[in-house]
Amino acid sequence: MAFTTANRARAREIIAQYPVATSATLPLLHLTQDQDGWVSPEAMEEIARLLDMTPAQVLGVCSFYTMFKREPVGRLVVSVCTNVSCLVNGGPELLRALEDAHLDDEDVHVEEVECIAACDLAPVMQVNYDYHGPVTPEAAETIIEEYKRGARRPRTVSGTRVGAQAGH
Amino acid sequence: MPETRIVTARLHDHSKDSWTIDRYLATGGYEALRKALGMTPEQIGEEQVKASGLRGRGGAGFGTGQKWSFLPKGVYPRYLAVNADEGEPSTFKDHMLIERDPHQLLEGSIISAFAIECHIAFIYVRGEFALGYERLERAVADAYARGFLGKDILGSGFDLDVILHRGAGAYIAGDETGLLSSLEGERAMPRIKPPFPAVQGLFAKPTVVNNVETLSAVPHIIDRGGDWYASLGVNRSTGTRIFSVSGHVERPANYEVELGTPFRELIEGLAGGVPGGRKMKFFIPGGASSPWLMPEHLDEPTDMDHVQNDLKSMLGSGAIMVFDETTDPLRVAWRLAKFFAHESCGKCTPCREGSGWIEKILYRMANGLGRPQDLDLLLDFGDNIVPGLNAPFAQTTICALGSSIMSPVVSLDRFFRDEIQARMTEDTQARIPVTAAESGGGRVA
Repeated sequence: MAFTTANRARAREIIAQYPVATSATLPLLHLTQDQDGWVSPEAMEEIARLLDMTPAQVLGVCSFYTMFKREPVGRLVVSVCTNVSCLVNGGPELLRALEDAHLDDEDVHVEEVECIAACDLAPVMQVNYDYHGPVTPEAAETIIEEYKRGARRPRTVSGTRVGAQAGH
Repeated sequence: MPETRIVTARLHDHSKDSWTIDRYLATGGYEALRKALGMTPEQIGEEQVKASGLRGRGGAGFGTGQKWSFLPKGVYPRYLAVNADEGEPSTFKDHMLIERDPHQLLEGSIISAFAIECHIAFIYVRGEFALGYERLERAVADAYARGFLGKDILGSGFDLDVILHRGAGAYIAGDETGLLSSLEGERAMPRIKPPFPAVQGLFAKPTVVNNVETLSAVPHIIDRGGDWYASLGVNRSTGTRIFSVSGHVERPANYEVELGTPFRELIEGLAGGVPGGRKMKFFIPGGASSPWLMPEHLDEPTDMDHVQNDLKSMLGSGAIMVFDETTDPLRVAWRLAKFFAHESCGKCTPCREGSGWIEKILYRMANGLGRPQDLDLLLDFGDNIVPGLNAPFAQTTICALGSSIMSPVVSLDRFFRDEIQARMTEDTQARIPVTAAESGGGRVA
């Protein structure tokens, strides 16, 4: 079983919200990624059972969406935008610097992403889906270090706040 | 010229707590809902929203009241799907409205649900909007607690549940029918229309899909009247609109102005123009999907029909990207093509195959490996994606992503042909092979 007992109960609540159960596919994939930091094959099998789908159908959906990680990625996902407003404001240089710095870093997964709708902050990055921008490579590195040593509290790799009340 | 702040008034005036229920109620929040619940659905839809001339702010610009009126009579259940999956490159207005005024969106959604007689509304929130989702979650909980959602809202007998649904990183989920596929738990692949969502949408039931900014305007239309809203703006482009201005400008930000305001006011006035005394080379007026415009177009009004019919572009999502004289237009075109190639869902052949080829050719052109015939090659097979290559674009694909790929290419041909041809010399035919790894081979998450 992939879900914890509490999360399996939560999964059933989520499913019950929808007129048709399969609508819960994305929410359950987020739930398992919140729990484990990635979407394991076992999790997809359990989601398939809960939704009366086949594991292949769940994998087909999961693999379409870039936020779902089908292998462990470390606890910090750093997303760097290189789309046009960031392109002309140092986004590619930021990406390269962070990629180089964290090549062998087990904690930090640096990825290039498409526009994350914060072009007023270009060049912009997200760390577990919290925005930081505009940032130089040096400023970005400082922020990542703060997350690593606990001075900043990261969300889950699916972007859910851990144990805090919503709205703050 | 100052902004005309309607949907962005609260978030500017109360920037410290504009997203809280207390601030919302203290600034007149949910009064429009109270008023709307005393009206009939027809009065809201026909007499107010249709009369306001409000058109969809997501990109297509379709009449909101008209969209509602397409719901077949007597067919229930019906659904409202709120499109909060903002992803058009350089658009960041819905992101702001969700994070900083979630109750305004909620109130607009409740009024709209009442007007279309639906009892379940879904808000499809872009997955990357972590804080926005959190604030919406809180707003929904507070709205239930105060009786603005749930059973018998404010004693009116009207019931509505709102379900928040997180996306997970797919631009195409922002397409109206792609969103419905995603909400049903599938890959976010668009569907052939007809049947239109109004007839067969979510779970094959009549469905209205409206954008965040569109719905955020609804409480104001109810509060102050459709005629008042229609008195703002120009021609068939009524009301105000939030323009996201970014790129090479002094003050990149969202600016809410009356439609019809000239581009120059937005770019040079409000956003402060190009920094460092440099000149503007070109600008993109309505998101990545829109054909580009030049400095000579700066005094044109932001009138949706004028931009489409006379300037052969579109206001799209209202995202204005500005590029200075140091910018290589080929590099911008390549990056946009890379975006479309990455986000193509793969359902239609012209888009799936065409986007990849266009990206590869633009890559070699932008990196000193282009050939003199490359621009014509792009136009030649682009003609298979957009027959005729004339704006507004014809489509050979189910949704507009396919044709959008050609916007950068057509723009290069229209404004920069000479500059590009001068760079594509025979020397560059040294036949250095362009490998997959070079041509944007890096995966974009």
